[in-house]
Amino acid sequence: MVTTDVTPSSRTASRGDTNRMPRSRWFAELGWRHLVGVVAVAYALFPIVYVISASLSEGGTLTGSNDLFAEVSTANYEALGGTLFWTWLANSLQIAIATGVGTVLMGAAAAYAFSRFRFTGRRAGLTSLLIIQMFPQMLAFVAIFLLLITLGNVVPALGLNSKLALIAVYLGGALGVNTFLMYGFFNTVPREIDEAAKIDGATHAQTYWTIILRLVTPILAVVALLSFISTFGEFIIARLVLQSERNWTVAVGLFGWVSALLEANWGLFAAGAVISALPVLLLFLFLQKYIVGGLTAGAVKG
Amino acid sequence: MPTQPTLTGDATGPTGTPGGTSGPPASPTRDRQGPSRGPVRPGTLVKIALMAVINALGVFGILAAWREGHMGILASMVVLLVVADWVYFSRRTLPLKYVLPGLAFLLVFQVYVVGYTGWVAFTNYGDGHNSTKEQAVEALLIQNERRVEGSATYPLTVVERGGALGFAIVDDGEAQVGTADDPLSPEPDATVDDDRVTEVPGATVLSRQEVLQRQAEVTSLRVPFSDDPNDGWVRTQDARTGFVAVPSLEWDPEADTMTDVVTGTVYHATSDGSFRSDDGERLNVGWRVMVGFDNFRTAFGDERYAQPFVKILLWTFAFAILSVVSTFLLGLFLAITFNDTRVRGRRLYRTLLIFPYAIPGFLAALLWSGMLNRSYGFVNQVLLGGAAVPWLTDPWLAKASVLGVNLWLGFPYMFLICTGALQSLPGDVLEAAKVDGAGAWRTWRSVTLPLLLVATTPLLISSFAFNFNNFTLIYMLTRGGPRFADASVPLGHTDILISMVYSVSGLDGTAAKNYGLASALSIVIFVIVATISAITFKRTKQFEEIS
Repeated sequence: MVTTDVTPSSRTASRGDTNRMPRSRWFAELGWRHLVGVVAVAYALFPIVYVISASLSEGGTLTGSNDLFAEVSTANYEALGGTLFWTWLANSLQIAIATGVGTVLMGAAAAYAFSRFRFTGRRAGLTSLLIIQMFPQMLAFVAIFLLLITLGNVVPALGLNSKLALIAVYLGGALGVNTFLMYGFFNTVPREIDEAAKIDGATHAQTYWTIILRLVTPILAVVALLSFISTFGEFIIARLVLQSERNWTVAVGLFGWVSALLEANWGLFAAGAVISALPVLLLFLFLQKYIVGGLTAGAVKG
Repeated sequence: MPTQPTLTGDATGPTGTPGGTSGPPASPTRDRQGPSRGPVRPGTLVKIALMAVINALGVFGILAAWREGHMGILASMVVLLVVADWVYFSRRTLPLKYVLPGLAFLLVFQVYVVGYTGWVAFTNYGDGHNSTKEQAVEALLIQNERRVEGSATYPLTVVERGGALGFAIVDDGEAQVGTADDPLSPEPDATVDDDRVTEVPGATVLSRQEVLQRQAEVTSLRVPFSDDPNDGWVRTQDARTGFVAVPSLEWDPEADTMTDVVTGTVYHATSDGSFRSDDGERLNVGWRVMVGFDNFRTAFGDERYAQPFVKILLWTFAFAILSVVSTFLLGLFLAITFNDTRVRGRRLYRTLLIFPYAIPGFLAALLWSGMLNRSYGFVNQVLLGGAAVPWLTDPWLAKASVLGVNLWLGFPYMFLICTGALQSLPGDVLEAAKVDGAGAWRTWRSVTLPLLLVATTPLLISSFAFNFNNFTLIYMLTRGGPRFADASVPLGHTDILISMVYSVSGLDGTAAKNYGLASALSIVIFVIVATISAITFKRTKQFEEIS
C-alpha cells in the first residue's frame, strides 16, 4: 500500500536537485541515498506487503498466498469471527493497556521521588534498581509459575489462568528500566517550577499531578508505549499463566495456530496478524515524534 | 541539591502566600483556605477512599491466607498492609508515598521470584520431587494401592460437604461420613433408609444426575478411614458401593522406611529426597530437598546436558553479538545516508523504515517462519523461483535465518538511535575539526564515530542483553530446532540459553519437569548478562570521562 509513495517523492527530489548540480555530482552526493533508501524501504516493507496480500487471499493456505494480490477477498477476516481471535485481541489490549497505565503511574511516581526528594536510601535504592533490572523477569518464569500456584490457592484472582495475575506480574517490572529513563527526564525539569508552585500554596501532590506530570508528558508517552508494546508481544509468561484458551493473548493464540497447522491456518494467521499489528503501528506513527525523542534522549543520557 | 528540605507534611501547604508570577496559577479557592485545619481537600478524600479499598482487599487476602494456612503469604500481606497504611497516613514518609506502589509489585513479583529462583536452583524440585516428604509419602501410598481381597463392600452415597465431595457409608448399621481431607467419622444424625444413607445434616446428597456429571471426581475420590494412611480408604467405581483399598506399601515413620507388603522389599529414605531399596531401586515419588550445587554440576558436567549446553552457550553469544553488530551497522549506515538535510523525503523514508520496529516481534517471527517455509514459503517460491532451501531445518541455515530475521526486526531501532545521536552531535566540535584541517573521513573516524559510540554504547549493551534473552524470536521462528541429532534432551541448534531453560523446565510439556535445573540455568544466564553489563558500563563510564 505504502510502497508506491516512495517513488514519486524521490523523483521530485531528484528533479529539484538536478537543477542545481550536475547529474554525476548529484548522484555521488544525494542520488545514491535515494537508491539506498528505496532498497531499504523495499526490504523493510516486503514482508508487510506480503502478509497483507496473504490476509486478503481467498484460499487461506500458505501455498496460495504467494501470488501477491492475485485475488482480494475478505474471507479470512470474516473467518476470524468464527474463532477466538477477537477474544484474544481484547485480552491482549486489556492486559497491555492496564500494564502500560500502571507502569507509567508507578514508574513516574518513583522517578519523581528519586529526582526531587533527598532521603536516606536514595542512592542505594537507585543502585539496587539498576542491579535488579539486569535480571529480566522472564528468566524467573519457573518461580513465577510456582508463586502463582501458591497465590492462587489463597486468592484465585491472583493465581494461574488469571489476567489480573498476569498484569500484576508485568507490573513487577514497572520500576526497572523505566524509572531510569524517566528519572533522567524529570531531572531536566527545573526545580524552580516546584519551588514556585510551593510558594503559591500547592501541595506536593498538586505539584506532581498538575504541573510536573504535564511537563514530562513526552517521556510518559514513550514509557507507556514501550510498555504496551512489550506486554502486547510478551509470550513466555503469558503462555504459562493463561491456561484456558479463552484467556489467551494474541501472542499465545496466534502461535498456537501457526505451530499447530501452519499450512491450513495461514490465511487466518495473516488476517489476525494484520489486525493485531494495527493498534501498535498506529500508536507508533502517531507518537513517532515522542518515541524518537525518547529513544535518543535515552541514547544521549545513557 | 540540598536547597530547601522538601519534606513538607502532606496536607500542610504554606497558605495564602502571594506567589511570584512565575508559578502556575494554583486554584484561587485553595489559596484562601485556612491552614491545615481547613476543610478536607478532595485529594485527601480520594486517598482515604483508595486506602479503604486497599485495606479491605488486604484484610480479605489475610483472612483467605489464614483459612488456607499459608503463613508465608499471610505474613507478607500483613507486612505490606501495615507498611502501606503507615506510609500513607504518616507525614514523615513523603518519598515513600511515591515509591511504594511500584516497590510493592517489585518486591513480590521481581525480587521475591528472583530469590525464589535462587532457592529452587539448589533443590531437586521437579517431576517426582514436587512437594514435601509428607505429601510424597501420601502420594506413594495412594498410587500403590490394592483392593483388599474378600473385604467388605459398603452401601455408599456421594455427598458434598463444605464444597468438597465426600462419601457416606453404612458400616455395622452406623452411618459414617468423610471427605478426602476429613477421614470417616460416625454421623448419628444421618438418616439411613434401607441400609443406605439418604440424608446427612450439613451436607447435600448428590443426585444420580450430579454424580454422573462429576464422574471423574467421584471415581478418583479416596476417603480415608483414619488419619493414618496405612489404614486404607474407601473408594467406589459405581457411586453405589464402596470398597476398601489399602496401600501395598507400608509406611513406618519411626524407621523412615517404606515396605512393600507383597514382596517385602524395604525402601529407605535417602538424603536425595526419595525412597531407595538396598539394591538401588527407587520409588517413583520423592520429595524436595536441597541438593547444593548438583544442578549446576549437571548443567556443566552431565553429558546429556553439558554438551548441548556448551553449544547453546556459544550460539547464544554469537547470536547476541552478531545481532547487535549487524543491526547496528545497517542502522548506522542508513542513518548516515539520511543524515544529509538536502535529501528530500527524509521524513517519509524514516517513517517507512520504522515499520518493522512497530510490528510486534512475535508477529514478525511467525510471519517469517511462514515465509521461510521450505516447500511453500514466499522466499523459496517467489524470491528464489522455487528453490527448496531448507531455511529453518538445516542447522547453519537456520542460524543464518534467525540472524537475518532479527536484522529485519532490529535495524530500525538502531537507525532511530543513530539518527538521534548524529543529530545531537555538538556542532562546534565538528567545526573545530574542520578548522584544524581534517577531511571528511578523518572527522568521521576521529570525532563523529567516537562521540556516536559514547552515546549509543549503553543502548548497545541493553540491546545485547535483550537479544541474549530473545526467547520470542527463537521460539516462534524455529522453536530451537533443528534438534540436535545426538542429544537425548529436546534441544536444538538455534536454541539460546533462555529457550533451553524453557525446554528444561518442562513447562511446555516436551520433557519431564525439572524446575531445579531450569532455575540453575536461569542463574547462570543472569550471572553472564550481569557480568558483561557491569564490565561494559564501567568501561563506558571511563570512556565518557576521557572523551
